[in-house]
Amino acid sequence: MVVETLRSARPVPRSSKRLSRMQRHIALTGMIFVAPAVIYVLIFNIFPVIYAFYLSFTNYNPLDRQGPQLQGLDNYRAILASDQFWNALRVTTLYTIEVLPPSIILAIALALLANKPLRGIGLFRAMFYLPRIVSLAAVSLIWLWLYSDHGILSYLASFFGGGVIGWLTSPALALSAVAVMRIWKSLGGNMVLFLAALQGIPQDLYEAAAIDGAGRWAKTLHVTLPGLRPMIVYVTTINIVYLFQSFSELYIMTQGGPVESTTTVNILIYNQAFQYNQLGQASATAFLLFAVIFIFAFFNIRLISARRTAS
Amino acid sequence: MNVARLSASLFASSTQQRRRSAMTLRTLLLYAALILVAILIIGPFIWVISLSFKGTNEAFAYPPTLLPQVPTLKNFAEVLSSDVLPGAFLNSVVVAMTSVITNVVIATLAGYAFARLRFPGSEAVFLTLIASTMVPGAVTLVPLFLMAKNFPLMGGNDLLGHGGTGLLDTIPGVLLPHVIQALNIFLARQFFLEQPEELAEAARIDGATEFGILARVYLPLSLPMIATIAIFAFTGAWEDFLWPLVVTSSPENYTIQVALSAFAGIGGGGIIDWGPLMAATVLATLPLLLAFIFFQRYFVAGLASGSVKG
Repeated sequence: MVVETLRSARPVPRSSKRLSRMQRHIALTGMIFVAPAVIYVLIFNIFPVIYAFYLSFTNYNPLDRQGPQLQGLDNYRAILASDQFWNALRVTTLYTIEVLPPSIILAIALALLANKPLRGIGLFRAMFYLPRIVSLAAVSLIWLWLYSDHGILSYLASFFGGGVIGWLTSPALALSAVAVMRIWKSLGGNMVLFLAALQGIPQDLYEAAAIDGAGRWAKTLHVTLPGLRPMIVYVTTINIVYLFQSFSELYIMTQGGPVESTTTVNILIYNQAFQYNQLGQASATAFLLFAVIFIFAFFNIRLISARRTAS
Repeated sequence: MNVARLSASLFASSTQQRRRSAMTLRTLLLYAALILVAILIIGPFIWVISLSFKGTNEAFAYPPTLLPQVPTLKNFAEVLSSDVLPGAFLNSVVVAMTSVITNVVIATLAGYAFARLRFPGSEAVFLTLIASTMVPGAVTLVPLFLMAKNFPLMGGNDLLGHGGTGLLDTIPGVLLPHVIQALNIFLARQFFLEQPEELAEAARIDGATEFGILARVYLPLSLPMIATIAIFAFTGAWEDFLWPLVVTSSPENYTIQVALSAFAGIGGGGIIDWGPLMAATVLATLPLLLAFIFFQRYFVAGLASGSVKG
């Protein structure tokens, strides 16, 4: 090709003056190329954060003709003193705890199983991945039906307990029932990430372990799990970030009920902002959620990385 | 970890792998485990597809039956003749396809510039863009809503964004947060960093413009990257629920996800008509399912580059 013939002509001596003009031209082109992205992200991703921070110190209600009035830390004080916020934070944390460990452990088990060199394994992997590509709203409606009085889960449960179980209408069961759906939904995606990590573990580590007399379990414990650790840090962290913002599945399956037993912080924010028009308060709650997510993600990274130095 | 190699081989078994799998008791047990897990994971979908072909009486039959005794297309007919769902499906297609185009164009240009065109402050700007993806959506939800409402010169607004409803309850309003995902810029930059720099230098000496180098030298090589970004953008816009729920109010502007939940009567109480609802859910899932079947490996490449969305 043209490029191939040109390559031989590469070491042409260039004058420094010409080079700098060329460099300036490249720099200018670079800035023009990034301009659409930078302008859009500045306006619609970064400015809103500043705007939300400002709103969180106001009493803004769009129905109020006066516009936003600054009122200092009032929103934060009111939220931290409200039972609703602490309940929502408790529900959100509980939901994350109910979903995260099972979905990580099961996803690793699934990845180990799907990593076997078997005929047709690709088809199994694709099937395991399927819930990942169906939208959360659609999946929530599907499980709403599975859990309904006419659904298969109520029918199966009737073999064990007799009467119909109101999975989503009982304050004691509703959150866990949604959590089971979310675990099912997240398995495939997490499995693929762990598969990628498994296939990245150098084969000679296993061979070296075998020479040292390690059995199957010893290899899993001393080679596979340490090899997966960076991916475990990554997957748990992004899952914490997403689970703490859970909204769609709870909005669709339970609307935050019964008696606020599934009202996550994000559902609370939605209600504050779009049911009660308390935009200032909603922004303050959002920033508190931001802080909570940051703290949990930070300690999660510290916790799992610390174990690396210990072992 | 080698994501590129993995994504090419993830859903296919190699011939070398096949030779080693003799039918021992151990492989038999492994298959049993795989099939059991597959039933648990695929089960709900089979159940839903079956229900979507059942008549009303059968849908509410107790005990429930696995296969429809008298298969009918009545549910699908009801969905297709509903006032809201076909339009909502179309709205979602428009939003998702527009998001694909804007993401591919903007991310390719920016990713190439960050990887190959040195300019002052390039690194700081790039880090700022990536940092912006760390902010939870809950934080920007309210300000974005207000910005959509006060969008200048739209929906009866004046130049300062007062007086009207701006982009609220419009398709461009739904599109607003999906025009560019900063993570796609990261993806494009990674891709261009892996391409040989000599190609650009050679073409430059030949007198090609920077845009010409990108368009004629690198773009033909970047189809896998474009596919990944496209799928990423499409699924992001297609699956989104909270933002279209907030920004739309009249049914003709609903996206498919919002229309589904409205069709189910979420928040309204009352008895749900499961047959048509599940038929609608099946139809709403079809585009992503087809895309997955044809472009499996790009799905995985996008996922592995950091994109598990809730």
